[in-house]
Amino acid sequence: MEKILVGLKRVVDYNVRVRVKADGSGVETDGVKMSINPFDEIALEEALRIRERGEAGEIVVMSIGSSDAQQQLRTGLAMGADRAILVETAGDIDPLSRARAFLEIAGREQPGLVLLGKQAIDDDNSQTGQMLAALWGRPQATFASQIELNGETARVTREVDVGLETIEVDLPAVVTTDLRLNEPRYVKLPDIMKAKKKPLDTVAFDDLGVEAAPVIRETAFEPPAQRQKGIMVDDIAGLLAALRDKGVL
Amino acid sequence: MARILIVAEHDGENLNPSTAKCVACAADVDGAEIDLAVFAANGGAVAVQAAALDHVARVLKVDRAENEQALAAVIAPQLAALADGYDHVLGPSTTFGKDLMPRVAALLGVNQISDIMSVEGSHSFKRPVYAGNAVVTVEAPADRVVVGTVRTASYRAVATAGSAAVESVDQSADLPDHTRFIEIRSGQSDRPDLQTAARVVSGGRALGSSENFELIFKLADKLGAGVGASRAAVDAGYVPNEMQVGQTGKIIAPELYFAIGISGAIQHLTGIKDAGTIVAINKDEEAPIFEVADVGLVGDLFAIVPELTDAIA
Repeated sequence: MEKILVGLKRVVDYNVRVRVKADGSGVETDGVKMSINPFDEIALEEALRIRERGEAGEIVVMSIGSSDAQQQLRTGLAMGADRAILVETAGDIDPLSRARAFLEIAGREQPGLVLLGKQAIDDDNSQTGQMLAALWGRPQATFASQIELNGETARVTREVDVGLETIEVDLPAVVTTDLRLNEPRYVKLPDIMKAKKKPLDTVAFDDLGVEAAPVIRETAFEPPAQRQKGIMVDDIAGLLAALRDKGVL
Repeated sequence: MARILIVAEHDGENLNPSTAKCVACAADVDGAEIDLAVFAANGGAVAVQAAALDHVARVLKVDRAENEQALAAVIAPQLAALADGYDHVLGPSTTFGKDLMPRVAALLGVNQISDIMSVEGSHSFKRPVYAGNAVVTVEAPADRVVVGTVRTASYRAVATAGSAAVESVDQSADLPDHTRFIEIRSGQSDRPDLQTAARVVSGGRALGSSENFELIFKLADKLGAGVGASRAAVDAGYVPNEMQVGQTGKIIAPELYFAIGISGAIQHLTGIKDAGTIVAINKDEEAPIFEVADVGLVGDLFAIVPELTDAIA
């Protein structure tokens, strides 16, 4: 195929222990390390491997967000993507608006495959890929752990609750990636230098001509209920006694 | 009154327990009138089970050959069409529902509320974000249909003393053929289903190999428990993916949970925070799993687990 479009979302790094702000207005993000959503990094890695097998030409990475997301796009270019598109928004936007923006860019770019992470690790919504597929009227293969391209079709193995499901989809299609699809490569310093010369185009979300979706408002954030630390026992007899005490054995 | 449509999850023969938990969530909405939709090639048996769930008013059975497998691209347009006139459309936050419901939401022109953990009002819900490190209250627009997935670990299945009417619904809409089911591979087992078992025993990377995981299976069989694993154990190839417990695997709420050789990474803890009693066995006394365990035992699992298995009557 000529082209693969990959979505990269800028999110709080997965190693950061996220804390709710004292006033409940959100979570602390000031001075916090930001990274490519790990599932999206897997999506880009898969695109690169497909190209390395000679099954794709160009790889375009795209992000929707503030101008800061250029950093993640540059990282994507350093990993090996050819070109980047930033759809610039003032702040965070909802999944349906994101899907509509992806649809608009997919219409312009005509990719044979769109690869996205199965979910972003900030809002944990897991919606954008499925929504894009719906609006585009194209197949979706979510939670992919294996992707095999066969010309006009792809066979995708999906991690589902009962095991592994394999489906065949006509291309173009939207595939969302699960953890075990691959292990993303590390970026090398010379590639970071080279990435600075690769094209990164910015288009304002408002200029895409995309209708904004009805928004679900986030009215309050709170920390999750915490479990209390229980008791430590010294041996198996103590363990069994404790469980009998609790009436669970 | 709130008219709520829930999509039933099933395998063609049996209703998945996630459906009864969705009904429990829907029943928390004031004035809920709940209908269930069964999409199948021949949904008779499933519809009978669905009709027995408490709180369900009607079961809408949509039989079409194309519904033999639960393909999101095929079911979504049918469910979206059926949603006309409903205030809420809900599905479980299982891989079935996570795959399907956003596609339905997009067809209906709304965002989805993912992983509903509590109902705060007809259009207001709580849901976890940041891998469960925060809980956010969200408010959906009052003038639009609410599409949501239900975090099943937050709900107990409703009872099965109901007797809803079953109605056959004709669906003649053209369905796409661009997505085709090939096969499903599943580690068939007679053990209790991980997602619904009252007791679960999970093993982690410390097991060291597939063969050593037998220790976990033996203990589980003695307890009549389902078997799970940490992401590290699945990544290492000791056990298949469907056994993974945690944020990106299964989120479960058994009455009794054993975490054996599992350090307790945040993403694992997210999957078990609703468990009744958590037991941790680990050789590292500093392991974070002990911070959330109700009963902790420090020691070598290779010595403890066989002895524990023998000691349980």
